[in-house]
Amino acid sequence: MTPLLSTHGLIAGYGDMRALHGIDLTVNPGETVALIGANGAGKSTLLRAIMGLLPVAPEMIRLDGKPVGGRAPHHMVREGLAIVPEGRRLFTGMSVEENLRVASEHAAKPVAEPWTLERVFTLFPILQEKARTPVENLSGGQQQMVSIGRGLLAQPRILLCDEISLGLAPKVVREIYAALPEITANGTALILVEQDVGLAQRASHRLYCLLEGRVTLHGTSGEISRDAISAAYFGASHALD
Amino acid sequence: MHWIDGIVQGVLLGGLYAQYALGMALMFGVMKIVNVTHGDLVVLLALIGISLANFAGLGPWAVLATLVPIGAALGWLLQRALLNRVVGNDPLPSLIATFGLSIALQNAMLVIWSADTRSLSGGGIQQASISLGPIFIGVLPLIVLICATLLTGGLDLTMRRTRFGRSLRAASADVEAAAMVGVNPRNVYAAATAIAVGILGFAATFQAMRSTVAPADGPFQLIYAFEAVIIGGLGSIWGAFAGAMILGISQAIGFRISPGFGILAGHLVFLAVLAIRPQGIFQRKS
Repeated sequence: MTPLLSTHGLIAGYGDMRALHGIDLTVNPGETVALIGANGAGKSTLLRAIMGLLPVAPEMIRLDGKPVGGRAPHHMVREGLAIVPEGRRLFTGMSVEENLRVASEHAAKPVAEPWTLERVFTLFPILQEKARTPVENLSGGQQQMVSIGRGLLAQPRILLCDEISLGLAPKVVREIYAALPEITANGTALILVEQDVGLAQRASHRLYCLLEGRVTLHGTSGEISRDAISAAYFGASHALD
Repeated sequence: MHWIDGIVQGVLLGGLYAQYALGMALMFGVMKIVNVTHGDLVVLLALIGISLANFAGLGPWAVLATLVPIGAALGWLLQRALLNRVVGNDPLPSLIATFGLSIALQNAMLVIWSADTRSLSGGGIQQASISLGPIFIGVLPLIVLICATLLTGGLDLTMRRTRFGRSLRAASADVEAAAMVGVNPRNVYAAATAIAVGILGFAATFQAMRSTVAPADGPFQLIYAFEAVIIGGLGSIWGAFAGAMILGISQAIGFRISPGFGILAGHLVFLAVLAIRPQGIFQRKS
């Protein structure tokens, strides 16, 4: 079976600094894949490269087997990718509803049951209450919900989530993670970049561990031992301690 | 009565300034692009219009109907060919690029049209006026004011209520994030500049009918447009309209105080706003 998304020896970086040294990754429809790794391991760079925000060669990223690497982000949206970016990156000066509508007005052709403003409001009821509030007046958790809603309204086949729990209270993190099964129920695949390894393991089917721009571990989330993860996370030398 | 007449004439003059200012409100206020050629484009369009009237025999309204699409095409080209390369958080590259283009445009116009001042015949409408008691209101300035009001209302609604307006505001807030949700910022910016320069088609026609134009006039109109947008507050369309009114009234009253003081009075009011309320009158916070 052709995977939904695959990367092949993906190399990317910023200017002269190379951050990814040949990443091979696959994502199947409806699957949740977690990316873990220390700060600077290249997790966010990988998501940015997949989304078309960094220059890469065409063959390095395939969607349905078709090479799409290096296309502009708005092309990637049309192909069925969406991202919940690190730091949320909402449109300030615009209301919650306007932020969501920008996404729904430029969405990909929906696959199965399309995401609508109403469905996003059912998923995160607080957003309906705050629909007319400028996004800069929301709490961090509410802003993260807008950012996720914006990603969903792009009607993605794969949603890339970059550290959606960062800086949020544990209760809010639980609330947001509780919404993930509803998202994948349609067959939408998720790539989760997550700092909390335990959370990443519980929320995903498969897991990739990155270290200094390379995949050091990859397997089924439920079957990987803590020791294997810490060896892959910190590098082999630390695992001997 | 002297002063009431001053205010009325100021509002009418403000109508013309609002037409300069709207495009600037879109480009500088929303997109944060400093377009130094703004005034030169008014002059260029006006001179094209005058030539169309002289050589193709077009009447003033046909000139207006021709200049708006020509302006839109010029704006689209300007954004595609030049400004999309320099757009970003730093306004300096756009300032430098358009400063160079401004000088080139002025000199190119000098070659084609010479330094003569020219104007567009309005077929008698320039002299027509309505009297309201002791105050005379020119028909042409009144038309200019009505057009300016309609353009402002239309542009404001476009920004707030349409898909295009939302895309443009999103791209101005965070261009990368806008691209991440499927907006193509280059297309949106090209359309916005097309609208901005298209509106200058109105300003050019009315400027050429009301007074005269010459190739070196652009910088004056540029200054008025900048002042109106800054008085009103960046990002506010009706703010730019109000800024243009304040500028027009200040100048008209200044002229009544002393004929040489009019233009300076406008600049002084602008500086006062900048000192007291630098974020502009219609901006909530800086």
